[in-house]
Amino acid sequence: MSRPTAVVLAAAGTNRDHDVAFALDLAGAEARITLLSELVQRPALLDAGQMVVIAGGFSYADALGAGRMFALQLEHRVGDVLREFVAAKKPVIGICNGFQVLTRTGLLPGALGHNASGHFQCEWVTLKAPSSRCIWTTDVATIDCPIAHGEGRYTHPDPVSLAASGQVALRYGHGNPNGSVDDIAGVCDASGVVLGLMPHPENHVIARQYPGFTHGASGALGLTLFEQGVRYAKER
Amino acid sequence: MLGVDRLTIRSTTTDPRAATLLADAHALGLTAIIAIDVADLVFVAGGSDRMQLHALLVDPLLQIGEWAVPSSKAIETTLMPGVTDASAQAVKLAAETINAPVAAVATGTRFEVHGDVDDETMSMLATRLLANPVIERWAAGTIEPTFVDAEAKAEIGVELVELDGLDDDALAALNRERGLSLDPAELRAIAAHFRKEGRAPTDVELETLAQTWSEHCAHKTFRARITLADGQAITPLLQQLREATTAIDAPFLRSAYVGNAGIVSFSAGTTIAVKAETHNHPSAIEPFGGANTGVGGVIRDVMGAAHRPIAVTDILCFGPTDLDPALVPAGVLHPRLVESGVIAGVADYGNKIGLPTVAGAVLYDTGYIANPLVYCGCVGIADDAPLPTGPHVGDLVVVLGGRTGRDGLRGATFSSATMDATTGGVAGASVQIGDPIVEKLLIDVLRDATGLYTAITDCGAGGLSSAIGEMADGIGAEIDLAGAPLKYPGLRPWEIWLSEAQERMVLAVPNSVDDSSKDSAWLQLQRLCDLHGVEATALGTFTGDNMLHVRHGHTSVLHLDTHFLHDGRPQRSMDAVLPQPDHEIAAAPACPDVTSTLLALLRHPNIASKASVIRRYDHEILGGTVVRPLIGRRRDGHADGVVIADPADTSGLAIGIGVNPWFGELDPHRMAHAVVDEAIRNVVAVGADPDKIALLDNFSWGDPRRPSTLGELVEAVRGCCEASVAHHAPFVSGKDSLNNEYLGTDGARHSVPPTLVITAIAHVPDVNAAVTPDLKRAGNVVVQIGPTTCEFGGSHFGKVNEVPSPATVPAPHTAAPTRYRRLHQALRSGRIAACHDLSEGGLAVALAEMAIAGRLGLSIDTLPGPDPVSALFSESSSRFVCELAADDAAWLSEQLDEPVTVLGTVTDAATFTLPGHSPIPLHQLLAAFGAEQ
Repeated sequence: MSRPTAVVLAAAGTNRDHDVAFALDLAGAEARITLLSELVQRPALLDAGQMVVIAGGFSYADALGAGRMFALQLEHRVGDVLREFVAAKKPVIGICNGFQVLTRTGLLPGALGHNASGHFQCEWVTLKAPSSRCIWTTDVATIDCPIAHGEGRYTHPDPVSLAASGQVALRYGHGNPNGSVDDIAGVCDASGVVLGLMPHPENHVIARQYPGFTHGASGALGLTLFEQGVRYAKER
Repeated sequence: MLGVDRLTIRSTTTDPRAATLLADAHALGLTAIIAIDVADLVFVAGGSDRMQLHALLVDPLLQIGEWAVPSSKAIETTLMPGVTDASAQAVKLAAETINAPVAAVATGTRFEVHGDVDDETMSMLATRLLANPVIERWAAGTIEPTFVDAEAKAEIGVELVELDGLDDDALAALNRERGLSLDPAELRAIAAHFRKEGRAPTDVELETLAQTWSEHCAHKTFRARITLADGQAITPLLQQLREATTAIDAPFLRSAYVGNAGIVSFSAGTTIAVKAETHNHPSAIEPFGGANTGVGGVIRDVMGAAHRPIAVTDILCFGPTDLDPALVPAGVLHPRLVESGVIAGVADYGNKIGLPTVAGAVLYDTGYIANPLVYCGCVGIADDAPLPTGPHVGDLVVVLGGRTGRDGLRGATFSSATMDATTGGVAGASVQIGDPIVEKLLIDVLRDATGLYTAITDCGAGGLSSAIGEMADGIGAEIDLAGAPLKYPGLRPWEIWLSEAQERMVLAVPNSVDDSSKDSAWLQLQRLCDLHGVEATALGTFTGDNMLHVRHGHTSVLHLDTHFLHDGRPQRSMDAVLPQPDHEIAAAPACPDVTSTLLALLRHPNIASKASVIRRYDHEILGGTVVRPLIGRRRDGHADGVVIADPADTSGLAIGIGVNPWFGELDPHRMAHAVVDEAIRNVVAVGADPDKIALLDNFSWGDPRRPSTLGELVEAVRGCCEASVAHHAPFVSGKDSLNNEYLGTDGARHSVPPTLVITAIAHVPDVNAAVTPDLKRAGNVVVQIGPTTCEFGGSHFGKVNEVPSPATVPAPHTAAPTRYRRLHQALRSGRIAACHDLSEGGLAVALAEMAIAGRLGLSIDTLPGPDPVSALFSESSSRFVCELAADDAAWLSEQLDEPVTVLGTVTDAATFTLPGHSPIPLHQLLAAFGAEQ
């Protein structure tokens, strides 16, 4: 398999689908943006992919809480197909709104509440990848990328055992922007193939996107995360 | 109706909204309140499966749900009937998805108030802070929800309005009664038209004419015949701007002052559409909704020019947010609430629709207390292809997007009128409600719809009446309103025709095919819309008989000649008295303490850090923001201009803003020159090519029927045209918002200061070479480019110190256009490490901003000119500070072919030193500016 197909799922209000498609393309995948409505009509579209990406945005305007409506549709229309996909150890990633969707479907643990600040925040963060079972961060140490969310405060009743089971995939490195428990920015499922994270590694895939670029500094690309996912999808 | 179930949903931890609400309440003087808890309410009518709904609506990790009716002291709010309740619709859809359908849903908010609070305070809290009476109802204790009446029946009848035989007084009375905002001459022209037709106009026709002929839609002042005090007649203002653009004859220009947006082509293969709009009146009475739909509206303008939106801008003007609540005029919202609502509204729309909000400004002045100003801009991109040429006879009139409701009725006439204490109450129905997700879907559909339509425009002010009315100009259309998709039943024909419900586009779509093996454009468009879940409805046909004929089923409601509709308005005649500003150069003002003046300037709300606002906007989405609005080591300094570029391209676009109402108050002519220069300086400083700059004008002014106010406008337009021609930067589009006045209960009129916003959009040949203002390296030197004159009129120095009058507003510099072209070549060499334009606060503030953004020290030993106060604080135009290697200063002077002043050296020491003064620790500058240490 030269370029694995990545099914990028988008619903009404998803808005970083093209950004993540660009990142996947650079990382060596063939991104195929697929509308949730298309998938509901033809669940087999998922099988055509070796990876699934749930892109960021404000699906259904965050009505009833971020990600809830998207998750309901996924769960009730294509839940079985998606679970089979995961069971087959094909990599899945949910970014920002996609992370919120994955926690609401129960594919990932925990929940995402309103930022401690009470409002939307857009700023750059540094992410650290602790040792975990996540296949997306295998060779990733650090990522510099922006956050852009209003509901990104990660909560979990038992973050200690979550970390102990190797499911904390990413932590905020310098300063916790939204009040997430244990500085958690991303978590994976027990198998390690499903990753959810609030920040946007897809917005730092070329050097010029780093804010320090204008003063000659370079940051750790978010591209590496997608490269890991693509590598896993190829080698699986 | 069966019983109503009521679910109260609370956050398990303190609701993040609570702290903001408490701070707002205290700012309004309601200090007896010690806490406000917030909960969300969901009302379900006709019985429901509580268990299932609870599981659906309450996330156990984040929330607690309660079905019992709470009894603590509280205020509850819910939306007024007719206002779209998106959450309620979501609950209904979600319940259907899990097979637990519910009959009707409403939502609300509960505010539990703690503290020793009497009924009067509760009522004040509700009306001043918690409920906006324009869109919400409130109750102390618990509120009864209102459900949408699905059974309502509309009255389809039309009313005939007899005009024949009415004298001027009677016409004026009718004008007032119906809120038409028409001039006496216009009323007479309408009466004469229908006399000739031998019939009375219908209410729909009269309203349509009022909308089409409104200041908002027809730009009556900008097209007026203007006579000066000496009897001299001048060229109409809009014509002056157009003639300046024609005279420049820029090779990149594709379309100026035609259609929804200006169009340019800076690089082969693509075109760029730009537009900026104001949404002042709606934002004054409902800040969130007004700003929200302001952003939505200007994005649709760009879509209406057949371009895909890629970035959003916003310039906001507010009253002082620390204003004593007792000084807020009756019927006016406190500036603090206007500010928070507007910022939240801009953020909500831009963030949700998925466009970066990149460039902007926030200004504060007492002149904006009753009339805040909200300017929203949008940039779009398209493949360079011929623009649609229709509509053609036989094309369908197709409305795309959101449904029509009672929201936003008569917005165009409302925005053309003066506001007073009752405006919020009577204007209720003119508030529009935004739904950015629907508009996002429109972007998605239109991205793939090229070739499926022959004409496109957006539904803005005046709704369908204005959109279809404009498209039908010179061709005619037959429309049946009975087919329009409605949010709820019961709308009368004039309401459907005039509603300003948002997120709608009107397209002319061919319904026939030359080749029978292909599907018609209409069929293809319907398929595309189905895929994205967007509604598309054919309301009628373009006919070719030049008549606009609107029916509701079999009832004819409007039958107007499109020539009369668009060209029947008599030209307005107006008188102007020109201002006589002082141009005498006075002696420099005294400066008692340079250090405390600098710190006071950095602390001034107009200059201080806007990072907390900018970070509320997503400026990263699409991955193309190269120079962000926030720059420097800690990403908290302000950029001059921003640069965006497709991640796969080398070239890009710079966007810069120029605005200075304080210059405008004293000398509108020089102000216009100065703000055009500022917008251009901002894009040149980041690396844009001065030969490829297009400009937008946006005027927010007081009532132009006052000759002195019109005189200020005349002078500002003259300045715009002169500056545009001097810089060879054409205006491509513009918009005027006049009558930004408030009539106090004391009878006094309060006008906004003359506020001209110039947006510059420019080509950046190599975004990798973009330059930012933050200092980069110790050991480099900083140099000033451009001379300083003692020009303190309207300066920020004058806001923190005494400035003796008369003081002059900075004069235009004839050398500027050449200087900018030479500087551009120097910037492209890569030898300039930082570049910053000089504006509010002058050189001292500019240097401090560079030090703050770079977190480096500066040791200044030389100031240009003999007078240090002018050198440091005068706001003369056309100047920059550049940072470069010490050896390169002579090279830069050669490149520019003019002397530059080497001011001093960048240092590693955390101090900022001006000649003859003790060093100021950098942390003091940071603290004053409001940046993190």
